[in-house]
Amino acid sequence: MTDLPLLTASQMASFTARGFLRFDGVVPQDINTQFLAEMGDIASPQPDSTLRQAYGRLLAEAGVPEVAAGTALARAYPQGCAVNRMLELPLVAGAICSLVGEAPTFDHHFLHVTFPPAYHAGGESVSQHTHQDSTIDPRTAFDVQIMYYPHAVTREMGGTRFIPGTHLRKVSEVALGRYQNICGQQHMVCEAGTLLFLHSGVWHGGGVNLAERTRTMFKIRMNPSQSQVRKFDLSTLQPQSAQRPIFYVKSQPPESVEEILMTPEPWFEQDTGRLEMVNRIKLWRYLTGDPTYDADYWLTRLENQASA
Amino acid sequence: MIVANLARQSGTGTRQMTRQKVLVLYLANSALDAPTVAWAVYDGTGETRPMAGDTDTPPYRTGVDALKDGWRLFQASQILPHQRGAEFDVSYLKYEFFFERLVEVAA
Repeated sequence: MTDLPLLTASQMASFTARGFLRFDGVVPQDINTQFLAEMGDIASPQPDSTLRQAYGRLLAEAGVPEVAAGTALARAYPQGCAVNRMLELPLVAGAICSLVGEAPTFDHHFLHVTFPPAYHAGGESVSQHTHQDSTIDPRTAFDVQIMYYPHAVTREMGGTRFIPGTHLRKVSEVALGRYQNICGQQHMVCEAGTLLFLHSGVWHGGGVNLAERTRTMFKIRMNPSQSQVRKFDLSTLQPQSAQRPIFYVKSQPPESVEEILMTPEPWFEQDTGRLEMVNRIKLWRYLTGDPTYDADYWLTRLENQASA
Repeated sequence: MIVANLARQSGTGTRQMTRQKVLVLYLANSALDAPTVAWAVYDGTGETRPMAGDTDTPPYRTGVDALKDGWRLFQASQILPHQRGAEFDVSYLKYEFFFERLVEVAA
C-alpha cells in the first residue's frame, strides 16, 4: 500500500484509450526556476557558430547528470536537484507508481531545446518528423515518458505535437514520418510547470520554433521493473455488472470506463478503429489483471468458439 | 522525375520549367470519397515549405474533393489480406492516396 495519490480508474482508462495524461501547471514555480538555472544560460546566436555547435555547448554545460540506463529511477538524480524534487511531488510519484509500478527503472533522459529562427542562419528551421520513440515494440507492457515544460509554451514556440490514441500502433520509429498532419493532433501550449505523461508508443514530434526565444523541454523515460497490474486507485474502479447495449442506443450512455475506452479518435480509420477498440480492451485486461473484461462485446464475440 | 527537369520557352519568351507538387491523403477507408484522416503536402516548386504539424485542418474533406480541385491521382495503396496471427495488429495508416499537380515555374 502507498499513501501517494494514485490515478483513478477514469484516468487509467483515459491513458489506456489515448496514451497520455496531462497535468497543467502542477510543478511549483520555484522548482521550474531552479531547473532552468541548473540548465544554464543559452548563448545568443553567433554568426560563426552553427546551431549544432550551440546545442552541443548547451548540452555539455547543462546541469543534467549522465545516468546509466538501467539505474533505479530513485537513484538517478541527486537529492535536492530540480528534477528529483519534481519526481518526488506526490502527484508525480503517484502517477508514476500507477503507470509503471513501484521502483521503476531509469531508461534515458534528454534536454530538448528548440531554437528560434535567429539560430538557423544558413540552415532550415523545420519541425521534427512525427515518430514513435525507440523501435518496434510488440509488448503489452509499456514504458512511460514524462515531458516536463519548465516555462510557458506558446503555439508559436512549437510545443510537442502528439497524436492521442496512436500508442497501440506497432511501427518502426520515424517510418511514419511521411504523415505531416493527422486529425486530432495536439500541440502542447501550456503554462510553466506542466507535465505530459506519455505511453511510450504515442506518436509525437517537436514543433518548429517561430518565437524569439528558445523552448526547453526535459524528457525522462522509465521502465517498469515490477508488475504494472492493479497499481492505480482500485477503490475508484466500479465493478462491471453487465455489458452495455451497443449500436442501437437511444441516449448518451453515462460516464464509465467503457465509455472512455470506446471513444474513438478523429483519425481512426473506419475498420482499424475497431481494432483499436479491441487492443484497448486487451490493455485494460492487462492493467486490471482481469482476463475476462470486455467492453461493448468486442472480445466476447471473438472469443466465442461455440464449443460448449 | 524526368518531368521535373523539363525546361522550355513560354509564349512570352520566358524560360519555364515544370515542377511537381505532391499531395498525400490518408482516408478513412479504401474508397476515394471517404473522409480524410491525415495528409501531407510536398512542394517541388520551393515556394512553400510544408512540414509536420503545420495545419490542423485537412486540405480536402475527401479524396474526390482533391480530384475536383484538379489534383491527379497517381497511386493508391492496395487492399491486402491480413496475416494469420496478426489480424488485430495495427501499424501504419492503410488508405494512402498520392496526388500530383504539375506547375510551371520560371527557370
